[in-house]
Amino acid sequence: MKPTLRFIPLLVTAGVALALYLTGCAMFPRFGSARVLVSLVGDNAFLGVAAVGATFVILSGGIDLSVGAVAACASILAAALIDSGLHPLAAITATLAAGAAFGLAQAALIAAFRLPAFLVTLAGMFLARGLGFVIHPRSLAVNHPFIAHANERLAIPLGDGLDWPLTATIFIAVLASGMILAHRTRFGLRVMAIGGDERAAALMGVPVARTRLAVYALAGSCSALAGVVYTFYTQSGDPAACMGLELDVIAAVVIGGTLLTGGAGFVAGTALGVAVLGLIQSLIAFHGSLNSWWTRIAVGVLVLLFVTLQAGLLSLARARLATRRAAP
Amino acid sequence: MTKTTIAEPRLSGDRARPAVLRPLAALALLVLFNAVFTPGFLGVDLRGGGLYGAPIDVLNHGSKVAVAAVGMTLVIAARGVDLSVGAVAAVAGAAAAALAVAGWSLPIVLAGALGTSIVAGVFNGVLVAALRLQPIVATLVLMVCGRGAAQLICEGQVVVFAHDGLAFIGGGTLAGIPFPVVLAGLIVAAAVVTTRRTALGLFVEAIGSNPDAARASAVPVGRVVVLAYAGSGVCAGVAGLIAAGDIKAADANHAGLYLELDAILAVVLGGTALTGGRFHIAASAVGAIFIQALTTTLYMHNVSPDVALVPKAIVVILVCLLSSPTWQEWRTRWRSSAAPPEPPGSTP
Repeated sequence: MKPTLRFIPLLVTAGVALALYLTGCAMFPRFGSARVLVSLVGDNAFLGVAAVGATFVILSGGIDLSVGAVAACASILAAALIDSGLHPLAAITATLAAGAAFGLAQAALIAAFRLPAFLVTLAGMFLARGLGFVIHPRSLAVNHPFIAHANERLAIPLGDGLDWPLTATIFIAVLASGMILAHRTRFGLRVMAIGGDERAAALMGVPVARTRLAVYALAGSCSALAGVVYTFYTQSGDPAACMGLELDVIAAVVIGGTLLTGGAGFVAGTALGVAVLGLIQSLIAFHGSLNSWWTRIAVGVLVLLFVTLQAGLLSLARARLATRRAAP
Repeated sequence: MTKTTIAEPRLSGDRARPAVLRPLAALALLVLFNAVFTPGFLGVDLRGGGLYGAPIDVLNHGSKVAVAAVGMTLVIAARGVDLSVGAVAAVAGAAAAALAVAGWSLPIVLAGALGTSIVAGVFNGVLVAALRLQPIVATLVLMVCGRGAAQLICEGQVVVFAHDGLAFIGGGTLAGIPFPVVLAGLIVAAAVVTTRRTALGLFVEAIGSNPDAARASAVPVGRVVVLAYAGSGVCAGVAGLIAAGDIKAADANHAGLYLELDAILAVVLGGTALTGGRFHIAASAVGAIFIQALTTTLYMHNVSPDVALVPKAIVVILVCLLSSPTWQEWRTRWRSSAAPPEPPGSTP
C-alpha cells in the first residue's frame, strides 16, 4: 500500500476516538475530567496488554482465540501460587513463563501439523479455560501484602488525590515495547513479511517457523500478563474471568487498523482501538439508561465498518499498483 | 522418486469406506467404555409414553449441535467457517420468545425466528461472497453483535413464555422419541437429499476444492456461497428454537454459548476437511452425538462442566492431528512404502 493509504485506517480510528471523546464531553460535564481519562486507561489495561500481543499474531497472518481463557487461567494460577506461599514476584514470573509455553505449544501444532490457527487456538481456549477450573474451581482472593503495597507505592500521584495506577503503567510499558518490537526491529519486519506473503517471506530467507513460534509465545505471555494485571486490578484470581476477552481484543486490533489478513498495521493503532472500546463503554456507563448490550452492537458495527474500509483500501491499492505497472 | 504416491491410494481408500464409519467407530468405542465403566448408562425405559435413559438424553441434548453441524458442514465444505452460529441461535430464540409472549400463533413465531436467522446467514454470505472478506472476519461481526441484538430483543431479561407449540419443539415427544431428535433426524435427511440429489452438493464441493476452477466451470460461486451461509443461519435458528423450547425461555446470554465451537468440532470429527471440498453431513451429525456422549460420560463420572473442557480439548487436538495434512502424508508414506504395520511414533 502507498504510505498515504496505509495511514488512512489509523487516521479514521483516531478520528472516531476523538469524536467519541468530544461527544462525551459535550453530553456530560464531568466526562472531560482527568479522573475519567485515568480510569479509562486503568480499567482497560488488561484488555490493552492482551491486545498488543494479539496484534503481533494478527500481523503475522494468524489469529489467537485463546486470549481470554489464557488470561483467566493465568490470573487463577498466579493467585493460587501466591496462596500456596510463593513470593508474588516468583509467582508472576512462573505465570508468564507458563503463558509463553502455552503459546509455544499452540504454535508448534500450527506449524508442524499445518492446522488452521483458529482451530488450534479454539482447542487451546477450551483447554486453558478448563485448566483454570482444575487449578481452583472458584475465584480466589489474593491477600499478600506485596500486591497491595505494589498497587499503593507504585501508583504515580498526579495531584488532587488522583493516582496513575500501576496497571496503567504496565500497559503503557507493554505498548511502548510492542511498538518498538513491531516497527523498529528485525523481528517486527519478519512478522510483517510472513503476514504479507508467507511463501515469499520463506523464499527471502525469513525463518518462518521460528518467527511464528516466537509470535505465539509472545502472545501467550501477553495474555498471561493480562491475567496478572487483572489479578492486580481486582486483587483476586478467577477462572471464570475474561469471558469473551478474545472478541474484544480482536475488535480492538481491527478497529486499530491492522489488516486481519496480516502484513500491515500498527501497534499504536491497537492502543487507539482499545481507547475506542473503552470510550464506548464509558459513554454508555455515563448515559446510565442505555444498557450495556449496546456496547456489543456498537463494537460489531465498528468492526464491520473497518473491515469494509480495509477491503476497499486494499482493492484501491491493488488498482494503483496495476496502473503503475501498466504505465511505467 | 517422482512417482505420484499421494493421490491414488487415498482416493481408493476413501471410496472403500463410507465417511460415517470413523465417527461411528469412535462413538461405539465410547459406548463400549460406558457399558463397562458407567453403571446405568445403557438403560432405556418407557415411562408415561416417553423413552428415558442416558442414550436418549445424549441424542436429545446432542440434537442442537447436530442441527448446527449440518449447516456448518456446508459452509466449511465451501471453504468458509461460520463463527456466528451461537449468536444467531440466541437471536432466533429471543425472537421466538418475544413473538410467543406477544401471543402469536406457532407459524408466525417460527417464521419470525427462522426469517431472522436466514437474514443473518445471508448477511454473512454477502460479506464473504460480495465483499470478499475472510470468513472468520465476516462472521466475527455477527458473533460480536448478534448476542447484543438478542439482548436487545429480550430487553436484557430472560424472557419466559408459555407457548405449547414452541415448548413442544424443545421438550415434546413424538412416538416416545423426544421431538428435537426427530427434528434433527429430519433436517439431516433433508440436507443429505438436497445436496446429493441435486447439483448443489457438487457445486459446494467444487467451490471448496478450487473456487477459481469452479468459477471457470460456470458454477454460480457467489450464489452458492450465500446459500451455504443462509443454510447455516437456518440451522443455527432451529438450534436456537430447540434451546428456547427446552427451557421455555430465551436466555440471550447463555443460549447457544460455544455452539459454533461444538459444531466445528463435530464437522472435523465427521471427517470433512477444514480446507474445504468433499463433505459428509451424516458423519458430522454422528460427530455431534459423539461430543454429547463424551460430555454426558464426563458428567456421569462427576466431572464438573467447567473441568470437562479439558478432556474435550484434548479430544479436539487429537482429532485435529489425525486429520491434519502432515499426518495424512505420513500415513500415505507408510502405506506406499509397505512398511511393517507399526504405529508411526506416538502423537506429540
